[in-house]
Amino acid sequence: MFDTFPLWPARASTTAGSVDALYIFLVALAAFMSVSIFIMIVVFATRFRRRKGVQAEQIEGSTPLELTWTVIPLGIFMVIFVWGAVIYFRERTPPRGATEVYVVAKQWMWKLQHEEGQREINELHVPVGRDVKMIMTSQDVIHSFYVPAFRMKQDVLPGRYTTAWFRATRPGTYHLFCAEYCGTMHSGMIGQVVVMEPAQYEAWLGGGAAMGSLAANGESIFQQLGCSTCHRFDTQGRGPNLAGLFGKPVQLEDGRTVVADENYIRESILSPAAKIVSGFKPIMPVFQGLVSEEQLSALVAYIKSLNQPPAGAAATPSLLPGTKPQQPKVQ
Amino acid sequence: MATGEVVHVHAAPQGFIRKYIFSLDHKVIGLQYYFLALTAVFVGMFLSLLMRVHMIWPTAVLPLVGEIKPETYLSLLTMHGTIMVFFVLTTAPQGGFGNYFLPIQIGAPDMAFPVLNMLSFWTTFVAFVVLLAAFFVTGGAPLHGWTGYAPLSALTNAGPGQQLGADLWITSIAIFCIASLMGALNFITTTLDLRAKGMTMMRMPLTCWAWFITAILGLLAFGVLLSAGILLLLDRNLGTSFYVPLVVVNGQIMGHKGGSPLLWQHLFWFFGHPEVYIAILPGMGVASQLLSTFSRKPIFGYKAMVYAIMAIGFLGFMVWGHHMFMSGMSPYSAFAFSLMTMAIGVPSAIKTFNWLGTLHKGRIRFQTPMLYAIGFVSLFVSGGLSGPFLAQPVLDIPLHDTAFVVGHFHLIMGVAAIFGMFAGTYYWFPKMFGRMMNETWGRVHFFITLAGTYCIFMPMHYLGMAGQPRRYSQFTELAYLQHLIPLNTFITYAAILTIGAQFIFVINLFWSMFKGPKSSDNPWEATTLEWTTATPPPHDNFGGRTPVVNHGPYEYSVPGAPRDFVMQTDPASVRTH
Repeated sequence: MFDTFPLWPARASTTAGSVDALYIFLVALAAFMSVSIFIMIVVFATRFRRRKGVQAEQIEGSTPLELTWTVIPLGIFMVIFVWGAVIYFRERTPPRGATEVYVVAKQWMWKLQHEEGQREINELHVPVGRDVKMIMTSQDVIHSFYVPAFRMKQDVLPGRYTTAWFRATRPGTYHLFCAEYCGTMHSGMIGQVVVMEPAQYEAWLGGGAAMGSLAANGESIFQQLGCSTCHRFDTQGRGPNLAGLFGKPVQLEDGRTVVADENYIRESILSPAAKIVSGFKPIMPVFQGLVSEEQLSALVAYIKSLNQPPAGAAATPSLLPGTKPQQPKVQ
Repeated sequence: MATGEVVHVHAAPQGFIRKYIFSLDHKVIGLQYYFLALTAVFVGMFLSLLMRVHMIWPTAVLPLVGEIKPETYLSLLTMHGTIMVFFVLTTAPQGGFGNYFLPIQIGAPDMAFPVLNMLSFWTTFVAFVVLLAAFFVTGGAPLHGWTGYAPLSALTNAGPGQQLGADLWITSIAIFCIASLMGALNFITTTLDLRAKGMTMMRMPLTCWAWFITAILGLLAFGVLLSAGILLLLDRNLGTSFYVPLVVVNGQIMGHKGGSPLLWQHLFWFFGHPEVYIAILPGMGVASQLLSTFSRKPIFGYKAMVYAIMAIGFLGFMVWGHHMFMSGMSPYSAFAFSLMTMAIGVPSAIKTFNWLGTLHKGRIRFQTPMLYAIGFVSLFVSGGLSGPFLAQPVLDIPLHDTAFVVGHFHLIMGVAAIFGMFAGTYYWFPKMFGRMMNETWGRVHFFITLAGTYCIFMPMHYLGMAGQPRRYSQFTELAYLQHLIPLNTFITYAAILTIGAQFIFVINLFWSMFKGPKSSDNPWEATTLEWTTATPPPHDNFGGRTPVVNHGPYEYSVPGAPRDFVMQTDPASVRTH
């Protein structure tokens, strides 16, 4: 429905349909309300014009009426709220096994890295029908990743990761905007998302894969920076063993427990003293300013890849028949 | 509490400077605020005209600014927003009309603190001068938007205008906050302490309730913005890192680290959302006052109207997060902010329906002030109904930072509030200047402005859904937005027409001030205290008398009364209810 309706941008993601349904409902409601109110104003204005010898009625108010127009709007608003909340919750919960794309925004450019190692600028290639999770950060001011056809927008902040996900439903080229005002050339910070058939996508992936996967890249940075001298996998090192860390709760020295997500790993690399793991000493050097955002993305991808189940164990079941989540290579 | 024995502390001043420049008289100060806002609105409108022209003819060379570069466009939108929000929407409804009419309507000889009152006007004036100075410094005016999001606003090398221009912008806002805090204190004290004998809180006109609640909002909101602004100045000039994490700009690592880029947004919107109500509540008060007066009927549900103003003010402080749904907040916080935002629609609905109830079975007199009051209701409805869209995080995702939002807030916060000011101007002009404004030109002005406003802002909702982002200095070359250019051109023409029509208002205003027909003391046959005194009111408002209030503010068409209105000071022997 409404796919060829010129009022809308193309609808090319799984959430776009439910977002538009709520939108259409609200447009209808708003149109109904404003038309009825305007009709009432016009009718009252003509019927109750000033006339000679006729006085207005002295009506001070009416509690039943006022209660009616308090309770009915409240009810309608609550219905809208629940409806919107259900869609929103789904949209904010990335499905398991989504392909991950790391995004670094800067004035005035989008830099994207695929798990497989491909790098792109102002362009993102994705296959149709696969969940894609974006892990995004900015190296300067706030930007926002906005693809109207996916009904998707997410601010991209410096100093932390924000995430968003989508599953494209039809091949095509869709416009990408920066939506958070970011300075002089804000209107030039645009690009496109190219949605391809899976076979075409595999061909595209193969075409540019000269470098290794993002996780492999991260592993070599891990070695270069000397992280492996303390974070060992064979014996207990001076730092925690990172294998299987991602997504697990971590007991901290000060008694708190936090979940090791992307932001936790990021913070622990840049300013390790912020959260000390229980049983360890705050001896790790600060890497703030020493690693670039791209290197950080690779390190995060590498540490996540250490969660890989041992060979033979069942992988995360894929959500769509015919698509398989791309797993980073095991080292 | 209200007492009958108010002593008027200062004598009527002689001499031009003490009488008209550094005056302690709330009426003169009110007019000063009004004319400051009138100046500001023309500056702001001119900037918006330049923007609209640039959007359609990007290569056009324009008067005063020459060819518009991206940074010129961005500084235009920054200055337009700042001037309009602070120096028009905050200044005229509260500082202007509130200052002039709050003391008279509650039967007081002046504000509680006349010197503070004078000080708050002149502080506002300084803030305005400092802001305009940003146009003339090296690099020009700032381009961080009226919302001044950090880190963009905190980095001095983030673009032209981000050096001295941005410092002047923040300084101006900080000075403005101080002025508004002083003003708010004065309004609250005056309302609580200087009411005339018999003027209970529940006998106050709804205008006074609106100014009172607005002052409370101002007291709570401007303090937060002031401190946020000071932190921003520190980040920019003393190397602190409240708002800036480690960032790399132009390939160079900046000296900041560890700051939160979201802290500014929280502090700003904690001020910014109540600011919407600071702009609109006085307009609601004026609309209520006028709908009742010109329908010759009591306001429908006076108590509900008072409670609705209170509820809007209270809830207004709990919804700031709906400006930040995109910032990566937890979905649970988003739900809380969304729920509160939907809830604020309820008192707004109550007000709308009570206004309609006021019209019902009235005997409506369609004079210009009434047209503007009805126009206010119309804009409040059409601007308000797009609110529930943006209150839904899931719809805010596609609509945030697009033209939809621009259309929404201009209708509800911009033009609706301005219609409140027009209504107030046409209504109180006879009391302020002793003459009537021209009725015919008033109507012409009304119909062009109303139609023009809808032509400008309604299509923006569609543009937003179609994906046109806001704050884009250049979009005519984007293939994706090509099909939206005709509609944008239409908006620009509508804007030119509507802005042109405002000269009708200004000419009418100044012509009538000197040449308009003389007005009686109560030309609209209204009931509140300002219509009981001389025109224009004497220095102490009531010429040595202290009014005694016997009736509520909206006693129209009382059965058995000699006239169709009972003034608040009429003898208690007239039975109302």
